[in-house]
Amino acid sequence: MTAATPPVRPEYERPLLPFVADAQARTLPWARRAWNQSWLRKGIILLALALVWEAAAHWQANDLLLPSFRATAQALVEGLASGDLVAKAAISLSVLLQGYVLGVGLAFALTSLAVSTQLGRDLLDTLTAMFNPLPAIALLPLALLWFGLGRASLVFVLVHSVLWPLALNTYAGFQAVPESLRMAGRNYGLTGVRYVLQILVPAALPAILSGLKIGWAFAWRTLIAAELVFGASSGKGGLGWYIFQNRNELYTDRVFAGLALVVLIGLAVESLGFATLERLTVRRWGQQR
Amino acid sequence: MSSAGALIGTLRASHARRGAALPDLHTPAAVSAPAATGALLQVRDLSLEYRTPQRVVRATHRVSFDVHEAERFVLLGPSGCGKSTLLKSVAGFVEPVQGQVTLAGRPVRGPGPDRIVVFQEFDQLPPWKTVRQNVMFPLLASRTLGRAQAERRAMHWLERVGLAAFADAHPHELSGGMKQRVAIARALAMQPRVLLMDEPFAALDALTRRKMQEELLALWEEVRFTLLFVTHSIEEALVVGHRVALLSPHPGRMRAEINAHDFGIASQGGEAFQAAAQRIHHLLFETAPS
Repeated sequence: MTAATPPVRPEYERPLLPFVADAQARTLPWARRAWNQSWLRKGIILLALALVWEAAAHWQANDLLLPSFRATAQALVEGLASGDLVAKAAISLSVLLQGYVLGVGLAFALTSLAVSTQLGRDLLDTLTAMFNPLPAIALLPLALLWFGLGRASLVFVLVHSVLWPLALNTYAGFQAVPESLRMAGRNYGLTGVRYVLQILVPAALPAILSGLKIGWAFAWRTLIAAELVFGASSGKGGLGWYIFQNRNELYTDRVFAGLALVVLIGLAVESLGFATLERLTVRRWGQQR
Repeated sequence: MSSAGALIGTLRASHARRGAALPDLHTPAAVSAPAATGALLQVRDLSLEYRTPQRVVRATHRVSFDVHEAERFVLLGPSGCGKSTLLKSVAGFVEPVQGQVTLAGRPVRGPGPDRIVVFQEFDQLPPWKTVRQNVMFPLLASRTLGRAQAERRAMHWLERVGLAAFADAHPHELSGGMKQRVAIARALAMQPRVLLMDEPFAALDALTRRKMQEELLALWEEVRFTLLFVTHSIEEALVVGHRVALLSPHPGRMRAEINAHDFGIASQGGEAFQAAAQRIHHLLFETAPS
């Protein structure tokens, strides 16, 4: 092998002319633009799933086991039109909201305590380690014993399902706030509650939002499960009770309609509620892509 | 800074370039006061320690220095010599185990808005606030000004650092150099007694760093703030500082204080500049008897 020497080439300098080469913005073809819309892509997926469902129901040909997509949609529309499903959903949501708000409040109190004192930190650590793995529904028999058949028992298990995951997430978010941001806050004389509200909470918002989302999902599924177990209080049941009752009477299409509504409400809260909140905050601030 | 403000015009007219006469300019209000007692910021016998779960480590040992009004004072040392810890102690974030820091005669206890820090990290700017809100933030948080006044002052300083057009942008839309400009504007808007800078340009590329040094010096020519500046770059220390304090390797002890009034951006590469850099290099890396 011979030692290669790179050639010495002549240097050059060019006068810098004003930039005139036209880099015009081009519009993408309409199909490409349409495909870039996430709602359209997701809509197509949903449509495909509905078609698969319809085909499976035809092949199965047993309305008792698997009603077709059309039958379910019809039952859902009928239920909504008669106001029956709307009333049931309203009952479920009002209980849910109560438990959720209470759980969120408790989680913030607990994490605020945890960031300010060592004992609070230990308390949070121990409590979350103990109770986070405990399924909320397992506490239901105890709740029924303590609070009786009614709203209070449901709220109790809801608080349990929201509190721990949210507290864990919020605390992890607080821990991850950059040191220089913390010092900047203290530099300007922020202490105590003002420090938590003006520095820690906004800086930890991505983690807090994800905790709120997890808490919401946990609460929603706990609520439906709890309603399935003991159903109505004083003759007024929620969506879970609606599903349970219709299964007993073998209205399978209504069972599916109830389930569909559970899914739809979940989707709506996720895409309208949380997605909007994220777009207005953490995405705009560049904390999350 | 307040009394210096009125004098800027005359100072700038008579001394367009910094020269040998500069030390006299620094104490125009207190000409009679001897230099040793006229210091704005005094650090006396400061020993600092930091704790790891296993042990206590001494960061600096009996460090003393004085910073005068409108002086640009640089702390220079190899990494791990405790210069950042020293700055944080002046800022009030680190409690000394020995000695004390006094600002205008009053001992420093805890962080306060009379000593604003510009950090190295870009995440010192709250990402949820726009550039304008970021500059207003300390003014509002420390309850120095009302909202309207704070906004006016923020815009004034954003114009000074050339970012008025980006007032409504969020920090994540800015480049690293622009973020540091916001941090500097935010600090100067508070009109602190001392501006503390902890390797503010270390995370920038070489070209931007040079530009920022130039801009910082230009701002000083205008406002004459008091500056305590930490760096590990010999060249930066000589360019930015009037006086450069050299700290020994771990634990940090005072090694020397060197005058650098004569050096500016333009003197980089000059013979005197090279000689001073060589001298500092020698002082910093001479092996200590242990």
